[in-house]
Amino acid sequence: MPARSVSEVDFIGFRIIQKFQVNKVEMLSGGDILIRSLQEEGVEHIFGYPGGAVLHIYDALFKQNRIQHILTRHEQGATHMADGYARSTGRPGVVFVTSGPGATNAITGIATAYMDSIPMVIVSGQAHTHLIGTDSFQETDMVGISRPVVKHSFLLKNAEEIPEAIKKAFYIATTGRKGPVVVDIPKDVTNPTDLFPFEYPETVSMRSYNPASKGHSGQIKKAVAMLLEAERPMIYSGGGVVQGNGSEDLTSLTRTLGFPITNTLMGLGAYPATDKQFLGMLGMHGTFEANNAMHHCDILLAIGARFDDRVTNAVSKFCPYAKIIHVDIDPASISKNVVADVPIVGPVEVVLKELCRLAEAGVAKRSEKQTAMLSEWWDQIEGWRRQDCLKIDVDEGSKVIKPQQVIEAVYKATKGEAYIASDVGQHQMFAALYYPFDQPRRWINSGGLGTMGFGLPAAMGVQTAFPDETVVCITGDGSIQMNIQELSTCAQYGLPIKIICINNRSLGMVRQWQDMQYEGRHSNSDLDSSPNFAKLVESYGHVGFSVTSIDDLDVVLEETFSLKNKLVFVDIAVDSNEHTYPMFVSPNGSMRDMWIKKGVRT
Amino acid sequence: MRRRIISVLLENEAGALSRVVGLFAQRNYNIETLNVAPTDDETLSRLTLTTLATDEQVEQITKQLNKLIEVVKLANLTDGDHLERELMLIKLKATGPQRDEIKRTSDIFRAQVVDVTQNAYTIQLTGTSGKLDAFLRAMSDSTVLEMVRSGVSGLSRGEKVLSI
Repeated sequence: MPARSVSEVDFIGFRIIQKFQVNKVEMLSGGDILIRSLQEEGVEHIFGYPGGAVLHIYDALFKQNRIQHILTRHEQGATHMADGYARSTGRPGVVFVTSGPGATNAITGIATAYMDSIPMVIVSGQAHTHLIGTDSFQETDMVGISRPVVKHSFLLKNAEEIPEAIKKAFYIATTGRKGPVVVDIPKDVTNPTDLFPFEYPETVSMRSYNPASKGHSGQIKKAVAMLLEAERPMIYSGGGVVQGNGSEDLTSLTRTLGFPITNTLMGLGAYPATDKQFLGMLGMHGTFEANNAMHHCDILLAIGARFDDRVTNAVSKFCPYAKIIHVDIDPASISKNVVADVPIVGPVEVVLKELCRLAEAGVAKRSEKQTAMLSEWWDQIEGWRRQDCLKIDVDEGSKVIKPQQVIEAVYKATKGEAYIASDVGQHQMFAALYYPFDQPRRWINSGGLGTMGFGLPAAMGVQTAFPDETVVCITGDGSIQMNIQELSTCAQYGLPIKIICINNRSLGMVRQWQDMQYEGRHSNSDLDSSPNFAKLVESYGHVGFSVTSIDDLDVVLEETFSLKNKLVFVDIAVDSNEHTYPMFVSPNGSMRDMWIKKGVRT
Repeated sequence: MRRRIISVLLENEAGALSRVVGLFAQRNYNIETLNVAPTDDETLSRLTLTTLATDEQVEQITKQLNKLIEVVKLANLTDGDHLERELMLIKLKATGPQRDEIKRTSDIFRAQVVDVTQNAYTIQLTGTSGKLDAFLRAMSDSTVLEMVRSGVSGLSRGEKVLSI
């Protein structure tokens, strides 16, 4: 059935208004109220999967054409798409799922968004109000089951609550430390025959929720004074700078101060990675120079980062010489793992602007001695940099492809300008290390939860938001098979994603740990019997290539990226014995204790 | 590790309490006692909980509680002078010479016998948790048939208030 035109929809809407007009207030069903509320929020795309409890909602969706719904093949896929959409645009992703299995399938995606503080609104269907608690068909306690992995949730009991709940859901999801919000709606609440007055609130205020709007100015002054006095300063920024739109100000602050900077896995792109002040990613698989600079610094400015265990290594040995300034929107992130000497609670963008302003004035007055100290510190850093920890060991004359070479080739083929959505595992670390991001929101990956199967649907969310951009999914033979069904969704909506599958015939990161800590016993980490991916994607109507020799890599990638309107899957057989380095020595190591390559440690 | 009393003003809404309790389970904090009821403003509940925690832990606990959307305000009562009370109802086997002994001890603790049968007393006692513990120790020779404690409620001393 063809979609109705706008005028027809308006006409039907008009009739409804005429029939039920009371004091000029529109009378709408719960389902229509929900869709109208989402329209009022400016929602353009919804990722979802219908089912019994959301049938009324899907019917309301059918009657309009302002919001496009993308039908996925699994609810997990829908949540990751909304997540990728949110990460790349900064606007909240919206998901529709039905009750019961629809809701439980969404949990992994909700938890993924929660761990990385991604704004999302998930509308889930629920059993009829009178059936809640009776173990009815497709009933599950969604508010209960999602509680530990949401920023907040609502269970609605009547249609009149919908507009305010939706307003609050978007407000909560997109302010403060962002995160997913679940709105659980029983089927009877959206009943098309029960009509209610519809008015969408223009503003929302909640007495119990008031996120900080600026940082403490005294603390900011103190921080700048410390930074200007620093002998061995270091800036460490995380996902908060990307999510909080602070990249520009971070870049200008860093350049004003002339300090070295590192980004976390979540924060890549917040500072241009090809800039000489950038020392690369830090942490478990961070660069030699970034981790060493962290260990030896005397003043650490941490912005929008949370001192995750994958960053600090043993907390007791973390930054032993440093005074720590910590800027974060979430007070609970400050002094949680590592005690901050100067805590600043506030939105990174606002605090960074203030830091910039004061630093600019201060830098001009920096003494010669201080300038000399800073240049001495840079000399030390350049020494670490000369180790060239990311140099790829290639056997002379070998045709075997190293996974790092794949990322370098993709970087070259896309001129470093693509959106890269990654899955989870060795390939994720290679992508983070070998594809330098010069802009924020280009690197889309599951950092906190580490969700395999994230990459493809996340890339689809990005492509939905940016139909004309190059969107690449970097994945492995393990991860891709965790949400491979979404190839069908790509076909339905014509999403021309480029999938680069770094195929090592095993679960590489598991295998690496087994090599290093379990004497090479590869317990259940070999992936035998993967499909012929190239043929598989062809059956979905896409293009598939297989590459096995280094000689073919660049040529195939060039062709891949020239096929602008096709989804292309490139299955690349790589050296299955390759490990991801550098890597922290753990447990009980400091940040400078690293494996540099197989059998070689600091 | 010290005992802390945290007092929370919470939106009186369905599901709010489960978020507080869930937070403690999820973040591996312990709850020793928990007590909650609506206040004079019926849109608010006041919740008092006691927990054993280090200074760092209690800082995290209060920060994480504050992050819950339905938590309006909270205070750590053990940070300053405070009042705390707990109510205990205890049913004791009371026969023969035990009857007098139980009554005497109850009087010493200013407890009240609130129900009597031929073989049992039900006693009500309010006070700090320490006083309730002392009463229980004093009654250790008697047979406790059943008992219930309300958990701690508390307010700060003086004119300091927790309100919106």
